[in-house]
Amino acid sequence: MEEFAALIDALVYTRSRNAKLALIAEYLQTAPDPDRGWALAALTDGLDFKAVKSSTIRNLMKERVDPLLWTLSRDFVGDTAETASLLWPEPMHDVDAPPGVAEAVELLSAMTRASVVTQLPHMLDRLDPSGRYALLKLATGAMRIGISARLGKVAFAQAFGVSVDDVEEYWHALQPPYAELFAWAADGAAPPETENLPLFRPFMLAHPLEDLTVSMEDYAAEWKWDGIRVQLVHVTNEDGGETRLYSRSGDDISATFPELLGALKIPAVLDGELLVRGAVQGGEQNDRTQGGAASFNALQQRLGRKTVSKKMLAEAPAFVRLYDALAIEGEDLRPLGWSDRRKRLESFMPRLPASHFDLSNIVEAASFEQLAEIRETARDDAIEGLMLKRRDAPYIAGRRAGLWYKWKRDPLLIDCVLMYAQRGSGKRSSFYSDYTFGCWNGDPDAGAELLPVGKAYSGFTDEELKKIDRHVRQNTLNRFGPVRETDKTLVFEVAFDSVHQSKRHKSGLAMRFPRIHRIRWDKPAHEADRITALEALIRD
Amino acid sequence: MIADFSWIRPEPHGIHVVPADCWIDPSRAVDKALVTHGHADHARGGHGQTVATPETLAIMKLRYATDEGATPVSYGETIRLPGGVDATYIPAGHVLGSAQILLEHGGEKVIVTGDYKRRADPTCPPFEVTPCDILITEATFGLPLFVHPPITEEVGKLLKALKDNPDRCVLVGAYALGKAQRVIAELRAAGHDAPIYLHGAMERMCRLYEELGVNLGDLRLVADQEKDAMRGSIIVCPPSALNDRWSRRLPDPITAMASGWMRVRQRARQRNVELPLIISDHADWGELTRTIEEVNPHESWITHGREEALLRWCQLHQRRARALAMVGYDDEDD
Repeated sequence: MEEFAALIDALVYTRSRNAKLALIAEYLQTAPDPDRGWALAALTDGLDFKAVKSSTIRNLMKERVDPLLWTLSRDFVGDTAETASLLWPEPMHDVDAPPGVAEAVELLSAMTRASVVTQLPHMLDRLDPSGRYALLKLATGAMRIGISARLGKVAFAQAFGVSVDDVEEYWHALQPPYAELFAWAADGAAPPETENLPLFRPFMLAHPLEDLTVSMEDYAAEWKWDGIRVQLVHVTNEDGGETRLYSRSGDDISATFPELLGALKIPAVLDGELLVRGAVQGGEQNDRTQGGAASFNALQQRLGRKTVSKKMLAEAPAFVRLYDALAIEGEDLRPLGWSDRRKRLESFMPRLPASHFDLSNIVEAASFEQLAEIRETARDDAIEGLMLKRRDAPYIAGRRAGLWYKWKRDPLLIDCVLMYAQRGSGKRSSFYSDYTFGCWNGDPDAGAELLPVGKAYSGFTDEELKKIDRHVRQNTLNRFGPVRETDKTLVFEVAFDSVHQSKRHKSGLAMRFPRIHRIRWDKPAHEADRITALEALIRD
Repeated sequence: MIADFSWIRPEPHGIHVVPADCWIDPSRAVDKALVTHGHADHARGGHGQTVATPETLAIMKLRYATDEGATPVSYGETIRLPGGVDATYIPAGHVLGSAQILLEHGGEKVIVTGDYKRRADPTCPPFEVTPCDILITEATFGLPLFVHPPITEEVGKLLKALKDNPDRCVLVGAYALGKAQRVIAELRAAGHDAPIYLHGAMERMCRLYEELGVNLGDLRLVADQEKDAMRGSIIVCPPSALNDRWSRRLPDPITAMASGWMRVRQRARQRNVELPLIISDHADWGELTRTIEEVNPHESWITHGREEALLRWCQLHQRRARALAMVGYDDEDD
């Protein structure tokens, strides 16, 4: 655990990507098996121990430290694991040597909700503050130290001189501590077996178009549907067949959408947008906008569920609007250009049930200018925008410049008043960086009140953050733990993609992707917008 | 005698000693100021009269280029103020010249600690525990998570980084008054005799420390050096220069910062610090609470810092306390 804790600390204090890669690579080269495999899992996908949650740590601490002192400390540090590592009382008795990473994983896995309250303290007693920090980060599965899963894989590839694409490919066939992966990369063993496994293939992603223009001869356009990007994979093997549905990050979400699993019976890897049937996005099914999909709001009701009721399946049936095919009947189509893949997908469509699949339409435009005109209508059609895909581009994992672009419709804007500010965490700990803002429920000069309509924590520079932070501190009306109520004088111009009805909020509204567009230091609060202005923008 | 202490009034911009009409560490110019120590947030310029230790007055003269109205008072010396108030300056152990101020009026004793620490510091005399009725204490590091490790450990980390990277230099961000000189003095005590290089903003204060009897060894200015000459060396600069263009002239610096805030990882990250050194000239949580216990005042008044937590500790230990809302004491760099 000492070496792992030292690695975590060094990573926290290292800014440069290359230096981080070198630190992880050195650890992976020198740490023993299976410690390094568990460490790699912790750095990439994160480990999940059912018995250890953030609340578990909080409860352990509140038995040992006065609850108010704990809360004040946690609020200052902005990170539960770190606060606990610093406040953990040093043991008064002799303790065992610190556990290794593998031993720690074994002990954590064996803990239950009942036993964790006695066993986790024993482990914490065996460690110093850095070790406690590393252990708690490992145990709660959220490292949040600025290391992406991708960075971990690149470091692995670098450590052993293997191709990172191969690492990505094998990754999803394996489980922590990735013994076969280390055997292959470090000791030259045969590559891991991936044949006939329903593996996730990393998605091809798009850059924002920004101010570029492209030629429609080189690029094809599609609508950008507002659902969730998914990959549906089916393989056949001795047991018959297996289908899995993956989210963009590679999470297996098959259980949430059982109706799709039986719908694909031919071995294939398909890329598309998961949507719910409806008539919000693009209206009823039609030739111009395709249509036939409900709003993201409707889909959201089905996300994150471990089991799905029959009622839900009937009321909000899901389907996949297909964009691409990565493989069909064992043939890897990724090296082909987009046009060729599209043809394969089109000829494959009749073999798929129309109840669960359709093909995302191509938006025909003779010129970029004409496409821009079509995009102007996206707002009225409640569609997120357009995608532009280079016709000759192979399917390449990640975000490669010049191949795919997303061209979202322009955001909606509204002037809101800052009501509450909350301290951020991570890099922004100690700064008031999360803002709740509101609109007037009538005429502010006739005694109307502000109702909260949304929350944003992005869209401003570090310099602006410092200025808003100062404003919050100097204009505080009330403090509620990490939250401050401000005097409601500062106006934000808030940008957002869409607004929906919501029972969860007092204002009855929920914004999608709200972010601070401009800070209106100049604008008096009573000139901010009213709730009615926001309601007029609903397209549900 | 009515023990109501109405003669001493905490105001947002300083502590008002009413019968003497003077202010302790006022954040704006006043006719008569009692100053605890030379940090800019406590020792502002422009007062009609400034009562402080000779060292603090020398530091203020260096900063404001005038000693008009300076009234020196030595440690242990009592001066009589108007309105029957006696003021005694007692070592606070914070930086060179730093003092607690004991105020006595009508048989009542009030101590204003100013900033203080209880750890040994080769650059100034140690904090003295003095009994009083009301202790007005700082609370900069007033959260239980603040535990400053022994300074020898932190200096050891610094020397190890230096030894492990002979082709680089270690750039230490440290408050120009007090912290910088303490770090240098501790490095000397640890046997590091090599030249230490200074940012220009450090030079005058270090010279003043030496004039006042604190030996800092071989100090040289970065501006006079070739880049390569500083490989394998320690360079000290103000925290604001750590990520400044200025540091580009240095040979591949390892960025270190000497501050009590370095206890919290994200604080170090926010300042792009690679080598956090937990070195503070303020009392940590243990020192703050121990001091309240040892001084054992009738009541504690808690100023600038994290008052809420120290207030809570006092409640939990059945000690009378209140938090004062003071403005303008900002110790982000300590």
